[in-house]
Amino acid sequence: MTKKNKKSETAEGSNNDLNFNGGWDYSPSPESTGHVKLKARYDLYIDGKFVAPSSKKYFQTTNPATEQVLAEVAHANEADVDKAVKAARRAYDKVWSKLSAKERGKYIYRIARLMQEKARELAVVETLDAGKTIRESRDVDVPLACNHFFYYAGWADKLEYAFPNRTVSALGVAGQIIPWNFPLLMAAWKIAPALAAGNTVVLKPAETTPLTAMLLAEIIHESGLPAGVVNILTGYGDTGAAIVNHPDINKIAFTGSTNVGKIIQKAVAGTGKKLTLELGGKSANIIFEDAPIDQAVEGIVNGIFFNQGHVCCAGSRLFVQESVAEEVIQKLKDRLDTLYVGDPLDKNTDIGAINSKEQLETIQKYIKIGKDEGASMYESSCEIPKKGYFVRPTLFTDVAQSSRIAQEEIFGPVLTIQTFRTIDEVIQKANNSPYGLAAGVWTDKGSRIFNMTSKLRAGVIWANTYNKFDPTSPFGGYKESGFGREGGLQGLGAYLKVEN
Amino acid sequence: MALKAEINIMSRLEILKTYKIFIGGAFPRTESGRYYTPLDKKGQPLANMCLSSRKDFRNAVVAARKAFGSWSEKTAFNRGQILYRIAEILEGRKGQFVEELVKQGSTDAKAKQEVELAIDRCVYYAGWCDKYQQVFSSVNPVASSHFNFSALEPMGVVGIIAPQTNGLIGLVSTILPVIAGGNSCIVLASENLPLCAITFAEVLATSDLTGGVVNILTGTEKELTEQFHSHMDVNAVVYAGGNKEQALAIESGADCNVKRVFVYEKDFTNAADENPYYITDLQELKTTWHPIENVGGATSTY
Repeated sequence: MTKKNKKSETAEGSNNDLNFNGGWDYSPSPESTGHVKLKARYDLYIDGKFVAPSSKKYFQTTNPATEQVLAEVAHANEADVDKAVKAARRAYDKVWSKLSAKERGKYIYRIARLMQEKARELAVVETLDAGKTIRESRDVDVPLACNHFFYYAGWADKLEYAFPNRTVSALGVAGQIIPWNFPLLMAAWKIAPALAAGNTVVLKPAETTPLTAMLLAEIIHESGLPAGVVNILTGYGDTGAAIVNHPDINKIAFTGSTNVGKIIQKAVAGTGKKLTLELGGKSANIIFEDAPIDQAVEGIVNGIFFNQGHVCCAGSRLFVQESVAEEVIQKLKDRLDTLYVGDPLDKNTDIGAINSKEQLETIQKYIKIGKDEGASMYESSCEIPKKGYFVRPTLFTDVAQSSRIAQEEIFGPVLTIQTFRTIDEVIQKANNSPYGLAAGVWTDKGSRIFNMTSKLRAGVIWANTYNKFDPTSPFGGYKESGFGREGGLQGLGAYLKVEN
Repeated sequence: MALKAEINIMSRLEILKTYKIFIGGAFPRTESGRYYTPLDKKGQPLANMCLSSRKDFRNAVVAARKAFGSWSEKTAFNRGQILYRIAEILEGRKGQFVEELVKQGSTDAKAKQEVELAIDRCVYYAGWCDKYQQVFSSVNPVASSHFNFSALEPMGVVGIIAPQTNGLIGLVSTILPVIAGGNSCIVLASENLPLCAITFAEVLATSDLTGGVVNILTGTEKELTEQFHSHMDVNAVVYAGGNKEQALAIESGADCNVKRVFVYEKDFTNAADENPYYITDLQELKTTWHPIENVGGATSTY
């Protein structure tokens, strides 16, 4: 472990004495990567085959915790996208739309099962490629991804029950672009409902995290899904743009930054392509004085430090009622000092590596902005590895509502803290954001919870909990956090034509 | 405007109506002082309508935002009562609407049919106010000890460009589902058939509807379209104007604040052109997670 906190350095005692006054360290407990065999090079998955990109260009994907190259992946260009869309269209016309809904569902179930069988491999590769902790990949990302396929598989032959008094049909070919923060999970969120609704898919994973999507391509291949029904193309922004602008695509689903989302919204205007956007956030996490404080502190930590803060719904703006602010902030600082930052493969690690060098620089830029704006910074005293991209968990107090660190999405383990006195005040402050993805409320009073949850303008509200996800639970934002929902019955609407 | 008033010392001089606009529950003329004069089929002027400006639009958004809070917090039952009240008042002024539609070129029979359809549509959406939530919300069976539910909430301030083709039914059919769902709105009436829109505003003003929930402007689509998609405090736009170019302008300008845009290619004259999906289009879905206590290892799930 790289983690050494102040207390443990002073804890001297004989080997046989248990010293309850000192800090305790965990022994390293890294997950083995021995069973994972990554290929040196990954090609594009088009029309049921793994093919070289027409550009002949490949790019490297690295482990952000070690900066070591993991593999090379293909860079798809416009010609590859066109080939994939043609394959998807052919598969839609000739096979997928002709198949009975029951059979369609069975394919999706099969994919879910195969993912479960390979869950460990998927989790390890996710951690290697994305820098997220193995505990998270293993316990959150991969199981949720499998469950998403399971959930939507069952919808395939029940679609008419989802939209009363309407006729529903598939849209055709869906173009899907996903981010780097939950690579496999986002692929599942996109592909599973699209297939269940009867569409075929062209999906592009993010350039820094393509590997689990390629493993998923192999799983899909293994499942015997008809060729062309799912096509997976790795690449950069230009690959995504080629998908968005392809004239024979009926649906665009994008998860990523609000800036890119806006560009896509403009590009899709007037084309008749159905669009869903799951964009950025700056979600409020609100602690009332009657909240169970210790539990709330854990909730704050989970809200902002889960997945290194690379979470669109991260509880990045903390609002604490003035009467308990001192206590909460002190407990939070103490807790910060106990968080383990380091090797993502270690099962003790709380905070893994920042996804990329670029993102690391963005986070560092915002920390500097926060300091320049006059906010007070506190960071954990932990050591961080010399190699790889790491940031200490950081919080800012004395933050003004107008401060950039309180207004803009940082997408890292950086928390801003503000205080409030009255309910009206905190509602106003919390809603004073162009975003509206999520919010958290901590209080012991049930009636207050529902008062708050109904007044917060955000798509997901967690009461006395944070960052919980489930395939049956619709997820998506208000305002500039995007539109459309993923998950649940309501998530089907994004992939269906709903008519009279 | 040539007023056809034959001088006759025996007859009574008719009082003509000054058509205003409707903002925040009040009836001002446009702040710009400008007017335009739509013509009837015979080329005769209908009235000096307000040629609403960008400033009128912005005033209307302020009024709509202010009204949104109290309107969206009204009980669903209460909203239904008010929508039903609109139908009652409309029924009582049926004659006036028929007269205006005829003036704008409709036949007696068609005008009567349009007004009756509009009244019935008010009743239809009045009924939905306290029902759509039950039909479209859900309790979600999550695999953890949480009570998780998704419910609809209004999007906020909605801009509506009403159909050009029918002065009343298009207007009513685009406004009602929006306000039934608790939104407030700014509506641009049909440019050439605007009379009923302002008279409908008078109906709304006397129906216990909170001032500012519906704001109605008259003027040209060409001038005001940009305001609809570029205003940062408008959450969504419904375009039913029937012009592809304007629809595209709205869709491509909506990115400034990720506005939701709905283009309806319908004139709403068909009796079947009404359904709760016109309400849910302008709704956001909010999902709430609430923990459930575990006692003695017993888990409660929904």
